[in-house]
Amino acid sequence: MPLTPEEIEVLQLSLKVALWSVLVSLPLAIGIAYVLARVNFPGKTLFDAAVHLPLVLPPVVVGYFLLLSFGRHGPIGALLDDWFGIVVVFKWTGAALAAGVMGFPLMVRAVRLSFEAIDRRLEAAASTLGAGRLGVFATVSLPLALPGIVTGMLLSFARGLGEFGATITFVSNIPGETRTLPLAIYTYTQVPAGDEPALRLSLIAVALSLAALFLSEVLVRRASRRMFGDDAHSRR
Amino acid sequence: MTLTVDVEHQLGAFRLKSAFEAGEGVTALFGRSGAGKTSVVNAIAGILRPDRGCIAFEGEVLFDSERGIDVPTPRRRVGYVFQEGRLFPHLNVRQNLRYARLFSPHARRSDRFGHVVELLGLAQLLDRRPGNLSGGEKQRVAIGRALLSDPRLLLLDEPLASLDSHRRNEILQYIELMRDEVKIPIIYVSHAVQEVVRLADTVVLLSAGEVTAVGTAEEIMGRPDLRPAAETFEGGAVIDAKVVEQDMEYDLATLAFDGGTLTATNVDALIGEPVRVRIRARDVSIALERPQRISIQNVLEGEIAAVGPERGGIVDVSISVGAVTLRSRITARAARLLGLAPGLKAYALIKAVSLDRSGASAA
Repeated sequence: MPLTPEEIEVLQLSLKVALWSVLVSLPLAIGIAYVLARVNFPGKTLFDAAVHLPLVLPPVVVGYFLLLSFGRHGPIGALLDDWFGIVVVFKWTGAALAAGVMGFPLMVRAVRLSFEAIDRRLEAAASTLGAGRLGVFATVSLPLALPGIVTGMLLSFARGLGEFGATITFVSNIPGETRTLPLAIYTYTQVPAGDEPALRLSLIAVALSLAALFLSEVLVRRASRRMFGDDAHSRR
Repeated sequence: MTLTVDVEHQLGAFRLKSAFEAGEGVTALFGRSGAGKTSVVNAIAGILRPDRGCIAFEGEVLFDSERGIDVPTPRRRVGYVFQEGRLFPHLNVRQNLRYARLFSPHARRSDRFGHVVELLGLAQLLDRRPGNLSGGEKQRVAIGRALLSDPRLLLLDEPLASLDSHRRNEILQYIELMRDEVKIPIIYVSHAVQEVVRLADTVVLLSAGEVTAVGTAEEIMGRPDLRPAAETFEGGAVIDAKVVEQDMEYDLATLAFDGGTLTATNVDALIGEPVRVRIRARDVSIALERPQRISIQNVLEGEIAAVGPERGGIVDVSISVGAVTLRSRITARAARLLGLAPGLKAYALIKAVSLDRSGASAA
């Protein structure tokens, strides 16, 4: 079944939104995950809770908060508009922002777990060989956390593909701009002859998710093989 | 080149309070597990920050609690070989060995890569990952990695602890090669007498966080009163000797020392090479006349120097043979029946097989 131009557009937009949301949030997620895994500071519990908030809040609430702060008259939105001329509300970039925020806790969690799993004695060994804090992070901690980073990227990507509530609240449902896969499916279910296109799009979503899952499995496997030797998997 | 350590540290109920100096050559930190040996080397490396004290190397203060000096680990230039190797699992052997080059201009300047690879026999391993190395191979790479960081001081924390006895001997040989090669102080942490006897120039005996004795290997190993301080410690004498003959037919070596010659089995050294022999007190018997038709290959003439106090029916007797003092552990009854007393002429009997390779080795 060849895809219709409209389906291709929806698919491209969804991939674009999800990919950008992952790429932009990744450095921040790694930084926060590292801090949460390694540093104790007053108010850490509160900070941790704030990072996890999007996971437990209704997505619509997150979308509404985004609208309040990133809207043209919101505190952040007004600044972005004045300084850089950037407007995210009702734009695909806003959809990416919503997806990134919703996927953020998942990404931080996966990366943090892999930082916590690192044998810290390896980091001490690196420091005896002359590596400072930043050097240890770049050459030991980060590479060893790679499997967790890949997992976190996948979780956030999948969450981004499926994002609905925050997106529709924040950037509405504009064809070609913010109508991602879930929004398109929802739109079809609201019209009388929408059953077939809704089903087709749903199947596309299933295929996409499976592909992402498969890809990440391959990447994680490759990363841990690099790390623990060629026969690591057969030994375990 | 002297390292001065004088630190105090409280770790839960354990109190570390140690002071000693280490110069060129191998200084062994010797004592039971839990005596605080690893804490001391961690303090030297800057991984552990002591509550109080001072650590200095060649006049440079690395740590001084009063003056608030604490040189960070990366800048101390201390090579550290850990008990478990701690190779980076995501890097292959070559990358592990070259790791220090990323950060240390010293390591980049002194390019001894080829030399160290050859010294430690690592050429075959360069492209492998740590996950595919045996325990002994890992330790060799760990030693090479520490050497290639161009350290001013080398710390080895029980580098043989995770190895079986066969590998231990192999790594010991590499450590000996390295010791003769590098002209920097080496601190060697161990609770095994054989390793200390083989390697150490100076022994620092640690017990419950405190230094209880400092001396040469001969002095410390010879003192029966220090016996409870180490797990595998057993009184005896340590003799520096030289191989003068190797009998291939019987696998016997003749070793000359200040006081005569010894016959030993399985000595892994060439003629002319120095070896260090440890003779355990319980392997030495005493006769007042030269015995005839006896299987014991070593009969050394000497003089009773001292008869120790009786403890649980056992007596430690010191016998001077030339410039060397041997120790013999015999029953109190035997000592009384023979009428052993200082000044008496006596023969020390030592079986050649008791001087096996675990006791004798290239020094």
